[in-house]
Amino acid sequence: MNSQAPIMSEQDTPSVGQPYTRNEQACHDLSIRVRDLSLWYGKNQALKNLNIDLFQKNVTALIGPSGCGKSTFLRCLNRMNDLIPSVRTEGLVEMDGHDVNAVKMDEVALRRRVGMVFQKPNPFPKSIFENVAYAPRMHDMVSRKAEQDELVEKALRDAGLWEEVKDKLQEPGTSLSGGQQQRLCIARAIAVQPDVILMDEPTSALDPISTATIEDLMDRLKEKFTIVTVTHNMQQAARVADYTAFFHLGEIIEYNDTKVMFSTPAKKKTEDYISGRYG
Amino acid sequence: MQTNQLFLLFCTVLLLLGLVAFFIGRSKAARVRSAGGSMFAQPDQYAWFAVLSTAGPAILVGAVGALIMLLLGADIPTFYLLAASLVVAAAGLVVGIAQVRPSFHARQAIERAIRMTLASAALISIFTTFGILFSIISEAIRFFQMHSFWEFITGTTWSPGDSFLAAAGRGDGSGAQFGSVPLFAGTFMITAIAMLVAVPVGLLSAIYMSEYAPQKVRTVAKPILEILAGIPTVVYGFFAAITVAPIIVNVAGFFGLDASYNNALAPGIVMGIMIIPFISSLSDDVINSVPDTMRQGSLALGMTKGETIRDVVIPAALPGIISASLLGVSRAMGETMIVVMAAGMRPNLTANPLEDMTTVTVRIVAALTGDQEFASAETLSAFALGLVLFAVTLTLNLVSVLMIRRFREKYRVNNL
Amino acid sequence: MSHSFDDISQQLKRRHRKSARLKWISMGALGLAGLFLLLFFADMLNKGLPAFQQAYVNTEINYTEEAARDARQAIPDDLVAIVSRTEIRSIPLQMRNNENLLGTSEQRWLLVNGEVDQYLKGNRNSLSEEERTAIDERVESGQVELAFNRTFFTEGDSKTSERAGILAAVVGTVMTMIVTLAISFPIGVMTAVYLEEFAPDNRITQAIEININNLAAIPSILFGLLGLAIFINFFGVPRSSPLAGGMTLALMTLPVIIISTRAALRSVPDSIRHAAFGVGCSRWQVVRDHVLPLAMPGIMTGSIIGLAQAMGETAPLIIVGMVAFIPDVGASFTEAATVMPAQIFTWAGEPEAAFVEKTAGGILVLLAVLISLNAFAVLLRKKFERRW
Repeated sequence: MNSQAPIMSEQDTPSVGQPYTRNEQACHDLSIRVRDLSLWYGKNQALKNLNIDLFQKNVTALIGPSGCGKSTFLRCLNRMNDLIPSVRTEGLVEMDGHDVNAVKMDEVALRRRVGMVFQKPNPFPKSIFENVAYAPRMHDMVSRKAEQDELVEKALRDAGLWEEVKDKLQEPGTSLSGGQQQRLCIARAIAVQPDVILMDEPTSALDPISTATIEDLMDRLKEKFTIVTVTHNMQQAARVADYTAFFHLGEIIEYNDTKVMFSTPAKKKTEDYISGRYG
Repeated sequence: MQTNQLFLLFCTVLLLLGLVAFFIGRSKAARVRSAGGSMFAQPDQYAWFAVLSTAGPAILVGAVGALIMLLLGADIPTFYLLAASLVVAAAGLVVGIAQVRPSFHARQAIERAIRMTLASAALISIFTTFGILFSIISEAIRFFQMHSFWEFITGTTWSPGDSFLAAAGRGDGSGAQFGSVPLFAGTFMITAIAMLVAVPVGLLSAIYMSEYAPQKVRTVAKPILEILAGIPTVVYGFFAAITVAPIIVNVAGFFGLDASYNNALAPGIVMGIMIIPFISSLSDDVINSVPDTMRQGSLALGMTKGETIRDVVIPAALPGIISASLLGVSRAMGETMIVVMAAGMRPNLTANPLEDMTTVTVRIVAALTGDQEFASAETLSAFALGLVLFAVTLTLNLVSVLMIRRFREKYRVNNL
Repeated sequence: MSHSFDDISQQLKRRHRKSARLKWISMGALGLAGLFLLLFFADMLNKGLPAFQQAYVNTEINYTEEAARDARQAIPDDLVAIVSRTEIRSIPLQMRNNENLLGTSEQRWLLVNGEVDQYLKGNRNSLSEEERTAIDERVESGQVELAFNRTFFTEGDSKTSERAGILAAVVGTVMTMIVTLAISFPIGVMTAVYLEEFAPDNRITQAIEININNLAAIPSILFGLLGLAIFINFFGVPRSSPLAGGMTLALMTLPVIIISTRAALRSVPDSIRHAAFGVGCSRWQVVRDHVLPLAMPGIMTGSIIGLAQAMGETAPLIIVGMVAFIPDVGASFTEAATVMPAQIFTWAGEPEAAFVEKTAGGILVLLAVLISLNAFAVLLRKKFERRW
């Protein structure tokens, strides 16, 4: 994954899939390359010829009015849309030199490298410990009990949950509060050591304090993972994301450095949206 | 006069009184209204109220009188009873007509009566439970006056013997022994066999239908499984006795084993087949009510579908599945026809399912279909057995209901 | 990156195999259940279909003086061993009823006895070699033949297999079901309406609800004990009568009807009620004029299913004595009667091989009725199903 993306100079028309403006502090190693991605629910086209390069160890936020296809796009990245029978996809989603949609690509293997955190926290009906330890064990990532304990502690620490739960690891995951449950789900995802973590409005079901905790967490996690997050909340995108893509009616209208997008958007539609004319 | 004719006459008179009440009530209400008074209700409603006040108390008096006659054995001649209730009807008529005045809420009065009627209908189900309890307990007590409760619960010999002679005044019935352990052993054995068939097949079918099967297969397979539940138990009993039992005897013979034609295996297996749809449809429900986000959470971690089902979906649905199985056990224990037709009559304390065994329900039927005096110990023993059966199945049902309620609550809370 | 796709796929092979195994096993379980059903129906059809055929013999009947005294004289000697004894026994009776018959003769098809009938259908029988060849010859000449078994549908029970039919049981079933529905339908619907539309949410209501759910799961035989102790011993309802059986089954069917009616009432959206309240209807008027008509298809469906369940029930009826031997069609609700499942049970207990066929034949009739009832209920639901 060392194929360096071509860095653009200041230009008005960036090449396909590139952000309009570069964020100078951000990392620009390519993680996922999307070209001409279209998706249909039955006969309705939900995504139209999307092109976007997602960079490693960055937070990329997807914003846009509801029904604009941002969650659908997110689910293309780990093929969760396969679970819906009527969905048909076309185009290229490339990761680590592999076409994600290729027939010989095992979607289970893909999902192991592209983790996901959902809108509502969905801990398994198991203990807190088991919630985290389950997947690594199934993936043969740990062979001894000590290794497993270590890995669980590390994942919980990374998710900022360790101090709160270290004395009650055997209690059911559902006994935690909403914000803690969501961090448990994040710990569960990072325990597998994926390359990419997809977050589908991870804070929309949470209170403001839990939301702040999770936003901090995203900031720390981007040191190790590529994070793609969908959010309804533009302030959140402005706070946590390095890059932001604005979706509208199944198209990417603008993909830009977050600061630039929120201060001087390149497109009229983007400006209308972020200034609250529609939403 | 014959009672029947008397009754017919009573009904006719009551009907006539009702008609009279209706028309007088309506015309009076219409008159009051046309005289310019504003009334709380429509004339028809006053008319109906008049009918109600005529017939309601009269029927009540008749019913109460009949019940008193039955309960206390008091000898009120039917003629006087019916005459009395007709008098009440006439009085009701007068009161009802008198109530036709503007300030009276006829509609509310009618609705109160309707509400009372509906509520008393709802009480019938309570009466049924009490009826079952009362009928079983009162006869069971008579049985336990003859034979010790302790011996009944712990005894290992069930031989009613000459207890019917004792009831008829000959012999002392000392030869009779009522130890119910072998009967319960048989019941548990056959229930266990049934569950060994029903739980795996039912649960796995449910998993296939809810997790794998395409919509088309589901729409066909579900009703087909329901047919299994709709087959009458007497038919299953015939199938077990005539078809399955000989097969088992032959297969056992092939392996050099000696099986009875009344072996416990045949009714057990067939009962299991009968219970499959209960387990599968209840499990299907609970598996479907496991939130989809749970499956997605597991799949998003790179779990295979099988691992997701085994490690996430099934544990989440477990309380519901257990509760379905408990209901299945309760059903198997109370099942009668299959065992009456295919299991043995001989109380037999054994662990070998190829031997003939008898069950609680078989003995209940046997005790009540003989030509015996109702008061004999053997007949009454049916009620003692029924009492235990009631207690066991009631407990199983309640536990199962509580578990399923917990399950539902859990997922409501977790869905935020 | 720590894992490449190739590494992961390698480890996944084993897990995918395991995952596929669960799919095949669960599919197999469903297949097994289907197989049970298939075997069951094949077995019943195989055993029961012959019951709809019966062997008849074409013979001359001479209504002579001797025949009035010894009926066997009425038919040719060589047929006495073949013709059903019940046919022979009825000859003097016919002569007594109809004086004009004396001295006449006629050619008629008569029932043959069970053994010959079983032989012609290829079943186990006790005929000797010579008897078999003699019958084969008669079949050749067309004197003996298998034809549609009308007797099975036009007669009541009989101790001789060739004469036994299901008519008495069918009539008994219809009468019992009339009693059952007449009691359980109004009470069930009223209870459901009360609980769903009127009842305050208090302890008593909850107790009634728990109680109804529990009643639905109580073994049916216990309802039989109730029927015996309360209806028969206490209230003096005649034993073995459709009244006693119907009342017992009514209590059993009650929870089914209540539960399905409540579901039907609940599926009527509150907006309908609010609209009706809005135009000034009282609670009862809302229920009577708006909610009940909309819920009716659901209520009917539930009641039909409950009826089908009651129709197949045997255990409580045995306890209230409805397994009596009933050769004649019942005429009143208080006379001893039998029902289809009880008739099947009685026949299943007969030692003669010919009754196995009768039993299975009765089962086929019962299953046909029950499956049609259920299918009708499903159709009703499909037709009137409404998405709000």
